[in-house]
Amino acid sequence: MAPSTKTKVSRNPDLIRGVGKYSRSQMYHKRGLWAIKAKNGGVFPRHDAKPAAAEPVVKPPKYYPADDVKKPLANKRKARPTKLRASITPGTVLIILSGRFKGKRVVFLKQLASGLLLVTGPFKINGVPLRRVNQAYVIATSTKVDIAGVNVEKFDDKYFAKEVAKKNKKGEGEFFEAEKDEKKTLPAAKKEDQQGVDAVLLKSIECVPDLKTYLSARFSLMSGMKPHELVF
Amino acid sequence: MVKGRQGERVRSKSNQYPNTSLVQIEGVNTKEEVSWYQGKRVAYIYKAKVKVSGSHYRCIWGKVIRPHGNTGIVRAKFTSNLPPKSMGSRVRVMMFPSNI
Repeated sequence: MAPSTKTKVSRNPDLIRGVGKYSRSQMYHKRGLWAIKAKNGGVFPRHDAKPAAAEPVVKPPKYYPADDVKKPLANKRKARPTKLRASITPGTVLIILSGRFKGKRVVFLKQLASGLLLVTGPFKINGVPLRRVNQAYVIATSTKVDIAGVNVEKFDDKYFAKEVAKKNKKGEGEFFEAEKDEKKTLPAAKKEDQQGVDAVLLKSIECVPDLKTYLSARFSLMSGMKPHELVF
Repeated sequence: MVKGRQGERVRSKSNQYPNTSLVQIEGVNTKEEVSWYQGKRVAYIYKAKVKVSGSHYRCIWGKVIRPHGNTGIVRAKFTSNLPPKSMGSRVRVMMFPSNI
């Protein structure tokens, strides 16, 4: 059965709000109520209420709370990722505006479920690894890089979650040793992911003249440059 | 970041309202040009003798709210009111949150 999702259109157009074009008897004819009656032997079809299914016998509860317990309001909000600006499409070169990599020009890969943007330097060109960036801290330029061959499926917010360190019970003698072990080295798997993504990107970047030097240079405002007049 | 100077408070003849400061952004000369800067964060950075979080530098953050008048002056509100000694001093207008 086709789902009936058509919006109901009134057969009685408004002349003015509150005044229809057709009278009651004209509408009776238009809606075909005469045909419905004829089909049913001169009377409107009656739909009797279905006999209610026998409800299971519920014992009255033994315990009633002394005060009325308030039910918290139901929260029907759904978390959605931030709306992506039209200027940001996969392959766009973005300028990062703050943080460790401020001023770096970087390639946009995809938007993650949290709304953050997945971005890579590529690492070899400007030292920016696979990283998440907030859309508000980014300027989208009109330069695009072809990221046709890049496989970004496996990266999501969980990939970037901080690893929870297991708590070691520290004795007095072990205190100093434990501190030495805490230097975090980047797991080899992440390095391989970075190289995998970058290998494809580097090929498409080298096809375009000057794009490599462009990406390795930082953006900065020079004397006399007015950001509100710049076209990115 | 864009350089700016801040100073005067929003005021009438005999009353001033220290919660809002006026900022003159370099290169912005008309009310229409201010619309780009609306919402951008502003930082007032100053030095102090006592180190806080490992640095002698301290910052009061704020944001550009709206233009003030026709010639590009801008109103900015900070997390705490700016001290009077900061009048006439440098303020940094950032390029984020960005909408480009």
